[in-house]
Amino acid sequence: MPKRTDISSILVIGAGPIIIGQACEFDYSGTQAIKALKEEGYRVILVNSNPATIMTDPEFADATYIEPITPEIVAKIIEKERPDAVLPTMGGQTALNCALSLESMGVLEKFGVQMIGADAEAIDKAEDRQKFRDAMDKIGLESARSGVAHSVEEAQEIVKRTGLPSIIRPSFTLGGTGGGIAYNKAEFERIVREGLDASPTTEVLIEESLLGWKEYEMEVVRDRADNCIIICSIENVDPMGVHTGDSITVAPAMTLTDKEYQIMRNASIAVLREIGVETGGSNVQFAVNPKDGRLIVIEMNPRVSRSSALASKATGFPIARVAAKLAVGYTLDEITNEITGATPASFEPTIDYVVTKIPRFAFEKFKGAKDELATAMKSVGEVMAIGRNFQESMQKALRGLETDLDGFNRVADLQGASRDVVTGSLSKRSPDRILKVAQALREGLSVEDINQITGYDLWFLRQIEGIIDAEKDVAENGLPNDAAGLRRLKAMGFSDKRLATLAVRSVGVAGGMGETQAKRSGLLHDALQAMAGATSEQEVRELRRKLGVLPVFKRIDSCAAEFEAITPYMYSTYEAPSFGEPEDEADPSDRKKVVILGGGPNRIGQGIEFDYCCVHACFALAEVGYETIMINCNPETVSTDYDTSDRLYFEPLTVEDVFEILRVEQSNGELAGVIVQFGGMTPLKLAQGLEDEGIPILGTSPDAIDLAEDRERFAKLVNKLDLKQPENGIAYSRDEAAAVAASIGYPVLLRPSYVLGGRAMEIVDSEAQLDDYIKTAVNVSGDSPVLVDQYLRDAIECDVDVLCDGDQVVVAGVMQHIEEAGVHSGDSACTIPPYSLPADIVEEMERQSEALAMALGVQGLMNVQFAVKDGEVYLIEVNPRASRTVPFVAKAIGQPVAKIASRVMAGEKLESFPAFKRDLDYMAVKEAVFPFGRFPGADPVLTPEMKSTGEVMGIDKDFPTAFLKSQLGAGVTLPESGVVFVSVKESDKPIVTPAIKTLVECGFTIIATGGTQRYLSEQGLPVERVNKVAEGQPHIVDKMIDGEVALVINTTEGWQSLIDSKSIRATALEMKIPYYTTAAASLATAEAIRSVKPAALEVRSLQDYYS
Amino acid sequence: MASAASSPAQPKDATGVLVLADGSVIWGKGFGATGDAVGEVCFNTSMTGYQEVMTDPSYAAQIVTFTFPHIGNVGANGEDIEGLVESAVGCVVREDVTPSANFRAEQQFTEWMEAKGKIGLSGIDTRALTRRIRLSGAPNAVIAHSPDGKFDIPALLKRAQEWAGLEGMDLAQRVSRADQESWEGGYWTLGKGYGRAARDATPHVVAIDYGAKDNIFRNLVKAGARVTVVPAKTSLEEIEALKPDGVFLSNGPGDPAATGAYAVPVIKALLDKDVPLFGICLGHQMLALAAGAKTTKMHQGHRGANHPVQRVGEGWGETTGLVEITSMNHGFAVDGETLPDGVEETHVSLFDGSNCGIAVKGKRAFGVQYHPEASPGPQDSFYLFEKFVGGLG
Repeated sequence: MPKRTDISSILVIGAGPIIIGQACEFDYSGTQAIKALKEEGYRVILVNSNPATIMTDPEFADATYIEPITPEIVAKIIEKERPDAVLPTMGGQTALNCALSLESMGVLEKFGVQMIGADAEAIDKAEDRQKFRDAMDKIGLESARSGVAHSVEEAQEIVKRTGLPSIIRPSFTLGGTGGGIAYNKAEFERIVREGLDASPTTEVLIEESLLGWKEYEMEVVRDRADNCIIICSIENVDPMGVHTGDSITVAPAMTLTDKEYQIMRNASIAVLREIGVETGGSNVQFAVNPKDGRLIVIEMNPRVSRSSALASKATGFPIARVAAKLAVGYTLDEITNEITGATPASFEPTIDYVVTKIPRFAFEKFKGAKDELATAMKSVGEVMAIGRNFQESMQKALRGLETDLDGFNRVADLQGASRDVVTGSLSKRSPDRILKVAQALREGLSVEDINQITGYDLWFLRQIEGIIDAEKDVAENGLPNDAAGLRRLKAMGFSDKRLATLAVRSVGVAGGMGETQAKRSGLLHDALQAMAGATSEQEVRELRRKLGVLPVFKRIDSCAAEFEAITPYMYSTYEAPSFGEPEDEADPSDRKKVVILGGGPNRIGQGIEFDYCCVHACFALAEVGYETIMINCNPETVSTDYDTSDRLYFEPLTVEDVFEILRVEQSNGELAGVIVQFGGMTPLKLAQGLEDEGIPILGTSPDAIDLAEDRERFAKLVNKLDLKQPENGIAYSRDEAAAVAASIGYPVLLRPSYVLGGRAMEIVDSEAQLDDYIKTAVNVSGDSPVLVDQYLRDAIECDVDVLCDGDQVVVAGVMQHIEEAGVHSGDSACTIPPYSLPADIVEEMERQSEALAMALGVQGLMNVQFAVKDGEVYLIEVNPRASRTVPFVAKAIGQPVAKIASRVMAGEKLESFPAFKRDLDYMAVKEAVFPFGRFPGADPVLTPEMKSTGEVMGIDKDFPTAFLKSQLGAGVTLPESGVVFVSVKESDKPIVTPAIKTLVECGFTIIATGGTQRYLSEQGLPVERVNKVAEGQPHIVDKMIDGEVALVINTTEGWQSLIDSKSIRATALEMKIPYYTTAAASLATAEAIRSVKPAALEVRSLQDYYS
Repeated sequence: MASAASSPAQPKDATGVLVLADGSVIWGKGFGATGDAVGEVCFNTSMTGYQEVMTDPSYAAQIVTFTFPHIGNVGANGEDIEGLVESAVGCVVREDVTPSANFRAEQQFTEWMEAKGKIGLSGIDTRALTRRIRLSGAPNAVIAHSPDGKFDIPALLKRAQEWAGLEGMDLAQRVSRADQESWEGGYWTLGKGYGRAARDATPHVVAIDYGAKDNIFRNLVKAGARVTVVPAKTSLEEIEALKPDGVFLSNGPGDPAATGAYAVPVIKALLDKDVPLFGICLGHQMLALAAGAKTTKMHQGHRGANHPVQRVGEGWGETTGLVEITSMNHGFAVDGETLPDGVEETHVSLFDGSNCGIAVKGKRAFGVQYHPEASPGPQDSFYLFEKFVGGLG
């Protein structure tokens, strides 16, 4: 069927900010969809509040709205743009919910907008628990037995039907608190009681326990002719009980016979038909009883998802692109499979490799939260790896995670531990359980034991056992000295580094001695090397090269080599030389090429913003004639779309893996260089190693990057340029730290060296707090010093992003932070242009940035952070590379900053690009978005340690309006009336007073705790006093729980007051009450409430702003 | 031990080898039965169903290269069997077979291979082998397994080179049942296994076994038929004596032209007598021959469970244009260009446009090149059994 001609314009709804459970996979999907729709000649209108996305680049959609994704705002866009159709299946749950609201508000009907991809009825049927269950009953598929209870008696009736063990989930509690699994009647009654208590609606869901059942996902695509295909099956290594987003998963399914697989295939298709997903991709989840194969449908998502992105990357089948084409009327047979270029999209990809995904967690950022996995997702990113077998794929994924793993590293806590301790540890669904499984095997547990405890399928366990056995052999006998033996190990996925570690153990030098000795040179080292085969990563590499044990590259072709693939999408593997030499399909071209190193798995501090830059490097360099080669291992991203670069290597970003790719790429054509400054810390860590091997690095030299990171070298430069830094020092012991802090004067900022995202950074006010930090947060030693900085309390922080070509510096953006210095810059809201700084201060920061860029010899991008206090500009830090702020700057000023930087890195001069417009007649506000709701127990407060997962942008004519939009985009609806609770630290009292005055003028009632109440009353403001929690009930938290508070302003300092006030912030979070923990943000909020009425907000496209 | 001049040195732990007729020697680890066997090397891209593939009689005299690297994961059981007479002589896999993990497994795959007299070879770059087949066609070869690692390579090579190959080979006779059989098995369901066929079911289908997969009979039963299976060389008179409401022409190995020598006249006579006919794979090809079309040997056969087939031509009503994902296993095909006037093309491959289905105009006779009985593979095409059985009597 041809494409529809009755529609000509389509509104695509994006997913908004990156949050846990909704990450850059929706940028990948949405970008594909927009490209696909544009190809067909449709006018595309996009709404997405996330400026760090590729899809919101103004050249993609015809009209791009960076506006909050609320039904009210999207209704305004619809009214203005009058699209014929809305595509809600590309933007995750956010887009689906928004579309459903637009439907129920009557907006779609009013403006004659049709939902395409999935209609409201299908979405509702898939999302509503009961309707979904009824639908499954109708087609004869089983759902988990369950029921809803409002009393213990009701629960007891239900459990007779659902059976024990039973899962109890209280309704509407944060992160599922108060629920649990009951194995016997007494336990059941207890947990039900607790759950009923915890639930604000006194309601619990009683569910049949499927714990330990195998979990599968099927990615299905359907067209309007009713052709259905399965793109990929995915099997979870973690059985039921862990959210699939937090599970290690493998594609394809590995432990099903064809008969069982076909049952699941038929069921998946039946589900799509029954739910009524007319066109597009959906994902259906199943649980399978390992004992008898009983199949239960868990849920389905009538849209593209994180799993569909994974399936697309795993098979080479672009689900979102195809889904978009299907949504406008094509059928699968009319769409070409671009990987082969010769076959249609109406087929089922078959693969001849194994794909493993491992989630990446960030529990260390959320102290107080329990690091146990359950049915609510907690991971912040994921890595995918491809190998020719499970072992290779798994070990590549482990090292690709970038959590200092080289493979199955030892779990020291379990080494030599008793069986009970090992069993106890394994039974916990911890984020690193896979490593514990390996350690348990080392400790002598059998695969059957571990299967009993964890529910991991025996097949996977035996594969891991194979790895552990091989490790043992190397640790006892050293490395094999023949090609076949070494190749066998490499084919199991062992990294050179892991092999070196194991080989050194074979020498039998006690404890860490062997490892230490091995690093040195001389006779002892040579003896060790002779015995072990190799003692370092580099020696293993040399040994491999000597023996000719090199990886080959195979193509991802969606058809297991049945047809020729024209798309160079590749992974490495170690093959037997079946026909003389191992067959390599890399086929590097003779072109002039650039390699771009990506950012690896998303984590807090390194996310989509860096991928955005990498993608721009690909686009920009392709435009000027280079062949672009991308290396990355994050399946969620646009950078790992085979369409983004000319050649894609889906590989871990380690020295070993990158070297092997460069070796092959350098064998033909000319490697102009490698771009390391766009992917965050990940590629930077490789930069020096690459340069040492003689690989050209494009742009700013690794030495300049190091200079900026090295405090001593940097301090010299600062002195030379006569710039001012906050006083600082470096300490190698507790006593040194105390001495440095004393000489600077408290408060000071403490942090370990070399970090991104401000991990383990803290402000301390006294020597006692310093002691506490050093004892609990860092390990201070000769190798890892702690840095001590003067803390500029209440200073205004700024970011400046500049471009430099070595001769000329161009300022791209000056951002004024809203939160004061001390809050991590990634967690602060900020504005372009600065909303309150005097022009001379801005000019001074620009002058300093220019001087720094020239002095460092920056070629490309540089980010500088400043603090402004009492009219004085302090230099905080310099990063001569792309920073997190680049996409926001680009969107705010309407210039492709990252693209220009890429071309400058390749040698072009800034003067050849048009000048930037500096006098903006609008204001752009970036706001950070936090995952606190996922981590009950952690304090939802802003600190020097970065905790946000994503960002939104509000853009409008003035600061208060743009700020309000940024809040709306971040999910915060500011109240227009009601009670405001205020409790602020001493130094903030005068600062917040104008805000409170504003709120009083707007008709708000103010309540405050003792000190704050007294102060505000003295200023003549009507304020009622309310008890602190410690002062006894009824206290502020009671009022919040009772829904009497509409806004919370709560600033604290010092760890004791933080502890005292934590329940206020936690309650605000749980009750979804807007809350601000800094004085500056409170001021902005009050101003926004005063001057903007949400109903009067207007929408405007980027194209319109820029024109 | 002597070795062919051009062949690489034998690795020290090699216990298996694949010797291609062109002199290539591919070393690996042997598993399953020991000894050696000759056949044509093909590849199969299914990710599930290796046991069904290894028992499919259509693979007689073939060595199956599995493109999916892990084979044997779910062991072997007594149910996932498509035929017991003769099928693939061996298989080539990437990974060593690891112990099974599936509640239905009764035996390890390696033990099962041994018990069935089939030779396995692991540790091979099966992707490289597959690409080679894609580029240069399916080679003849000998697969050999010797636990002591002793192989007479020149002798194996000679055997591979002297083997006549599949073209012109009538294998159907070899793999067909010797005796007539009243089919009693039903359709498989989880937890219950195979049911029983209803003895008094109507209509009655006589199925000619040229090397049939048992799942075809189970599907005919599921569609409501009573099935009598007869050997490949059963005469027209014997078939008529069974008073069939329809005759089914099964799949099978080898060259349709060779088997057609005796089968096509019978099929043609049935066609002339307006007996309803349904052919699958080899049966489809011979129906086409009987109707006046020609068959050819394909450069690269279709073997996998992901092949899209589209319904074309008249007669499908609203469902014209629908795509079904099918299981395929054929190295010969009906040449779509040679279909006479009375024959309509009903299905085509969306991979290469090759013919995948025909119907004889004015008669209740049709055939498909692919495997609607699946096993392994998608079950999208069951409607064909319903169409056939539903149209009888």
